[in-house]
Parts: sequence; C-alpha cells; structure tokens
Amino acid sequence: MLTDEERQAVEKEVEDCECPQSASVEALQALQRIRGWISDEAIRDVAPFVGMSPEELDGVATFYSFVFRKPVGRHLIFLCDSLTCYIMGHENILEHINKRLGIGMGETTSDKRFTLLPVSCMGLCDHAPAMMIDEDLYSDLDSVKIDEILEKYP
Amino acid sequence: MERPLTEHLRVDGRPLGIEEYEKAGGYEGLRKALLQMTPTEVQEEVKASNLRGRGGAGFPTGLKWSACPVGSDLRRPRYAISNSDEMEPGTFKDRLLMQANPHQLLEGLIICGYAIDAEIGYLFLRWAYMGSAKSLTTAVREAYEKGYLGRNILGSKFTMDIKMHTSAGRYICGEETALLNALEGIRAIPRSRPPFPAQCGLWGRPTVVNNAETLSNVPHIIRNGAAWYKSLSPSSDAGTKIYGVSGRVKKPGLWELPMGPTIRELLEAYAEGMQDGYRLRGIIPGGASTDFLTEAHLDVKMDFDSMQKAGSRLGTGTMIILDDKTCPVGLVLNLERFFARESCGWCTPCREGLPWIVKILEAIERGEGEPEDLDVLAWQSQALGPGKTYCVHAPGAVEPLQSALKDFREDFEQHIREKKCPWKTKHG
Repeated sequence: MLTDEERQAVEKEVEDCECPQSASVEALQALQRIRGWISDEAIRDVAPFVGMSPEELDGVATFYSFVFRKPVGRHLIFLCDSLTCYIMGHENILEHINKRLGIGMGETTSDKRFTLLPVSCMGLCDHAPAMMIDEDLYSDLDSVKIDEILEKYP
Repeated sequence: MERPLTEHLRVDGRPLGIEEYEKAGGYEGLRKALLQMTPTEVQEEVKASNLRGRGGAGFPTGLKWSACPVGSDLRRPRYAISNSDEMEPGTFKDRLLMQANPHQLLEGLIICGYAIDAEIGYLFLRWAYMGSAKSLTTAVREAYEKGYLGRNILGSKFTMDIKMHTSAGRYICGEETALLNALEGIRAIPRSRPPFPAQCGLWGRPTVVNNAETLSNVPHIIRNGAAWYKSLSPSSDAGTKIYGVSGRVKKPGLWELPMGPTIRELLEAYAEGMQDGYRLRGIIPGGASTDFLTEAHLDVKMDFDSMQKAGSRLGTGTMIILDDKTCPVGLVLNLERFFARESCGWCTPCREGLPWIVKILEAIERGEGEPEDLDVLAWQSQALGPGKTYCVHAPGAVEPLQSALKDFREDFEQHIREKKCPWKTKHG
C-alpha cells in the first residue's frame, strides 16, 4: 500500500505527463526517492496509476539501471567503468574500494551504509577516474582521495 | 577564430542566465525565425548551412526536418525532441553545453519546433546528469517567464510547450526510436524503420529527434545565416564542433574549433601531447563505437568525410587515446563488456553475440585463448555488422573490435602464445 505522501508523489508525475503510461519511469523514480528501492509490491501498487499491468511495469522497471529492484544501502557509490576511466586506473580504484569496504560490484556493506554499483560514462572523461556518490560527483580519483570522500557519508 | 557555441560561457562554470544570454545575442535567432521567416524558410536555411548531426551519425539536420509532412490536415500534436541522453563512453561535450549554456539548446529546440510545426518539445535527460537537469529546469522556467515559450511566442501565432523527461539510465535510450519508446513509458527497445520518426514518431505523430549539440548550433545559423555558418570552417563540413581528448595526455579537455582540425593538432596543440613516460598506440576518434586509428592517421582531419575515408567515423568528435601502458586487449574487453551490458536484448545476434565476444576476450586476457579465437572474433565482427541486427548498437560495438584485430594483431597473438597478459606482468 502506498502512503498518502507516496501516492501524491506518484500522482504528481502522472499529472505532468501527456498520458499516464508515459510517466511510468518517473513514477517509479519518485517512489524510489522515498523508499530507496522498488519491491514487487511497489510495482503492483504503482501499476494502476500509470495504466499498466504489473508485468508491463516490471518490464520497464527491470530495463533501467537506476531503478533498484533490490534493497540498497543508505549511500550509493556509482563508479564509472567506461573506457577513459579504465585507461586512467579504474581497476585500482575498484580494488581499493573493494578492500576498504569489503564489498564487490553490486554488493551492500553489512551495516547498510554503502552499495557499490557500476555506471557507464558520466561525461567526466577529462577528469577520470570518476564516480558519483548519491548526487555528488567526484573526479581525478586516487586512493587517498577516496578515503577522504567516503568519510563524508555516515 | 569564432566560437559561437562557447564564447559567452561564464568563466566560473555556472550556467549562463537568461539576461546574460540575451545580452550575447540570445533569442535573436528565434525572434528572426518567428517574425521574419516561414517554417519552410527556416528549414531551407538550416539545409543550406550544411549542419550535420552531432550525436555521431552526421545526418544532415535540415533534411531530417524537411522529411516531416506538411499540410493543414495533419495529426497533432507534433514533437521536437532534444536527445540529451549523452552516454557514449568517452564523450563529455553535451554535458558542457547543457550545463553551461542551457538557453542556447532551448532556443535551438524552439526554432526546430517552429520549423517542423511542432507544438510540444521534449528534453530527454539522463539521470546521471543532475547538473544539466538543474540548469535546464531553470532555463525553461525563465523562458516561459520571458514569453519565449507558451502561447503566441513573441507575439507570433506560434505556440509551444517544453516538457522534461529524466531517463533512468540505459545507453540504448540514445537511439532515437528507443528514445521514443522510453518517452511513451514502455520498454525502451528500438523500433523498426521505416516508418521513420519524421512520419511516425512519438505516439505515431511526426517527430524530430536531434542531438543537444546539433540544436545548440541552430540559433546561430538562423541569426547569422547559412553563408556565415559555412564560412566558419575550412573543411567540407560546416560550422564549429566541440572536440575533446581524454586518456593519458597532458591536458585532457574540450575545445570548440572549426570543423576539421587534424588528430595531431588536437593531440599536440590542444591536449599538449602525451603524458611523460607514455607513448601513443591508438586513437578512438569519436566515442566507444568508432574504429581505432593509429599513429599513421595523425594528419587525418576530424570531419565526417575525412574520418570515413580513413576507415573510422567522426562519431561524437571526442577522442580517447590508447597509450602503451594500457593493454589493448583489456581495453577492447572493457568496450565489449559495456556494449554487452547495454544491449537491450531484443534481437538475437546482439543479445547472444556480444556476451560471446566478451567471453572470448576474457579468456584471451586470462591467458586461456586459442589461436582459433581470433578467427571467431573476426567472424563475429562480420556477423554483428551493419544490416544483421535491428539497430546499430551491435554494428557500433564491433567497429572497435574489428579494427583492434587488425591494428593490435600482434598483441592479441602474444596473449595467446605466452598464455598471459604481458601488461599484467610488465606494469604491475
């Protein structure tokens, strides 16, 4: 069941659109901003608002990398793994985060503080390697910088 | 040297506000189009300017617009869409234009709307580009307040609204027919063509989808004329282009230049050459889905025709430099993993073929490759080439693969012969 706040968030996305279905991705993102992720139940709850069957909506939800169909941590680390970052040392950065947080790609720390996810090129190639944590961009990364950055996210 | 797209950018990197933009001649192109020109005249001007699509394909923009049907009995609404879903690996040009000069893009989109008689515009944004979304949201609000959007724009009969759509992150959404499905809210797989979007696009209505950099050029073409635009460039392609260099160079970055600087000029004069201790081995000229070029091509011009003659494509014009301390097999594996992950899964060759390529490359990189693997990879780059799949995702994916098999043959063979990646031992 959606709470009043959640229903309003979903309805607001639908209102702004030309037809309810065209708001499907944005409605899911609106609910995700409140809940952190999209459960099977959430798919069933949102589907009628966008005029789709739960199955159709799930087809959309599972298509996108930014719709999370599993619970994630409090903070999301999106580490760019595209070619310029690869050339500029992505693998060392990844290894450092793996060791430091004890998680691999797609995993969440046991205290639910961080989830580590790959992201395709974020357009920061002139300052590679790059990553995004929640909504903050970080570039020209090295292991010292990463340690300092992670401290900012309790 | 004139740099219409970037000359008025603020030095502090903040977005240009509407008043600053107007002071720099902003919205004069729109005023001229709406009050002095017919939609057909606008189309003709853009056609005469020889503006070609900056998203990678290089299709003539005016021609794309003129494919929209005209007449009084048209189905409505019609749509003009800015493809702002920049996600081509190694490409970072639209981010600059959208974030730092949002009104320029908006003005281009409104002029495009007028030229094709569209009353609704969409800005298709990428979720990871939050700075661009913020700057464009403000710009849209300012444009409504000043009467550049909404009913009877600048006192003319033309009415247009702009809506924003934030995608949730898939490379294929940059393919224009997948983008249309994404906007309709269904699974964003590409559509069969024909019919082309100009006849049957968003919800079956005539629709034009243009890249953000392409649209950013339009206000200047209308304001200053097609002849002026052509005079900006010494090459056969008109106007200026945002070029970029990334990788192990001294000064990676973006520069707006007349169409057609040589690779050498970009690499040496603008990016200031390779970092100390690194040697140039290869060049991917325009984003992940373009063929490798090598040192032998340093004097090739970065314009659509010259790049094609050299066996690659201009693509997005943002080149990535492969150095001698990066394993070419590892780099190609990185590229193919990206394409395999981003395949929409709709057609079989792409869905099955790309992961197959990844598996072979992984084996070679681990030291478990067989000599026949190279033949299989060569066959794959034919089997996934143009015309074999539903859209150009897989053909784009095999462009760097087929050229790497030629340009870095010896490196592939060495991996297989020595049963290891030479770079892993040599460079830690």
